[in-house]
Amino acid sequence: MWHDALLVAGKDLRLEVRSRVALNQIVPFALLVLVLFAFALDPDRGLLERATPGLYWVAVLFSGLLALQRAFTVEAADGNRDALRLSGLDPAGIFLGKAMAVGVQLLVLEVLLGIGVAVLYTTQFAGWPLLLATVGVATVGIAAAGTLYGVLAAGLRVRETLLPLLLLPVLAPVLIGSTRAFEAALAGAPAEGWPWVGLLAVFAVLYILAGVLGFGPLLEES
Amino acid sequence: MDPTETVAEPGPSPGGGPSAAPAVRLRRAVALLGSFPALAGVDLEVDRQEIVLLRGPNGAGKTTLLRTLAGLVPVTQGEATVLGIDLVRDHKAVRPKVGLLGHATGLYDELTVADNVRFWCRAARARAVDADAAMVRLGLDGRLRNVAVGRLSAGQRRRTSLACLVARRPELWLLDEPHAGLDQEGRDLVDHLVRDATAAGATVVMSSHELDRAVALADRTVTVTGGTTEDDARPPVPGPAEIPEGQDSTDVA
Repeated sequence: MWHDALLVAGKDLRLEVRSRVALNQIVPFALLVLVLFAFALDPDRGLLERATPGLYWVAVLFSGLLALQRAFTVEAADGNRDALRLSGLDPAGIFLGKAMAVGVQLLVLEVLLGIGVAVLYTTQFAGWPLLLATVGVATVGIAAAGTLYGVLAAGLRVRETLLPLLLLPVLAPVLIGSTRAFEAALAGAPAEGWPWVGLLAVFAVLYILAGVLGFGPLLEES
Repeated sequence: MDPTETVAEPGPSPGGGPSAAPAVRLRRAVALLGSFPALAGVDLEVDRQEIVLLRGPNGAGKTTLLRTLAGLVPVTQGEATVLGIDLVRDHKAVRPKVGLLGHATGLYDELTVADNVRFWCRAARARAVDADAAMVRLGLDGRLRNVAVGRLSAGQRRRTSLACLVARRPELWLLDEPHAGLDQEGRDLVDHLVRDATAAGATVVMSSHELDRAVALADRTVTVTGGTTEDDARPPVPGPAEIPEGQDSTDVA
């Protein structure tokens, strides 16, 4: 399973490096979202500061959706899904590999958005252990749930519009948990944030298990 | 010829044993696409190392039959065994043993020829050296190896798909219009690959509208019409009711 996961992750990341879709389209989109939030809330600088954790994670989710859609668009082209089915690859390995590749892209995106927040919103980051733990487990959860729902929507003609509709409500706990944990870290009260990291970890584990077990049947149906 | 003699005909490996069983045996196999019976009771038997050509009009069910043999379309009724695997019980189990060249290429446009062939080769647990050898065999070595597939011509993409299939070394080759989109040299190469594959022990089932070339290549042709088959060289395979009681279809001789 891990051999297959690393093989698929390597292939997906190589695809992104070659196509530069993430670099040329998704990253600019994410930064644009931050800029638009800044335009909208700049007159009330205090509100912008208070809303920074939420705005950051909303930007991560919106941009992450693009990365997830891209991850399954490449499999929809020219018989690739049939080729995956015939390949002999373990479906659980395919799930983990695609989730790993999405996770790596999300991490890069989160770092760049963090820099964007620091520059545009003049945010002073604090509570680094909590921030890093939140980013880590939230990324795993988004990648796992997104990959599972991505293959669910992959076989449908309206997948581009259906995936956000399916996925965003599912990711609401991640948005709430990661926002609360970030608020606690930035407010200098990390003890209030760690329970939210626990919630994010439970979410991530549940969706990893669901993906490992359910990705195969969903790939067959897609 | 007595129909029962056809069933009893041994495979290419003498002495019985598992390798003597036909590579493909379908009896009244039904496969549905949605609620439509794309295969409506197909009888087909293909011996090991045999080259069988499926012919028939568009929409007759040739592609569905190939996809069924590949384990992509489940058999809902009848009997279906491919390479000793019961497709009715587990149609997915046969997939690692077959190679399907379909209308679609199954390639990633942004990756190079070498990336694609190596990825599918490693996915099938084949050796990297087989991927390199397949690229050389298909004329994809040199400059073309490092060209993104999206920049290739249709014929070069077809060659890349074939290289992926060759590198996997499948036991059963399922080729849907293998000559389509290829130039004269490429078509000749396909014929050589098919002959070499069967000489090495593989079995080939293919469909083609280029009948002159394909008939010359095939050992036998089977006509597919309306989701059923009619063997052009052999009588239909007898159903279980036609086999004498207490006698298995494999030992009717």
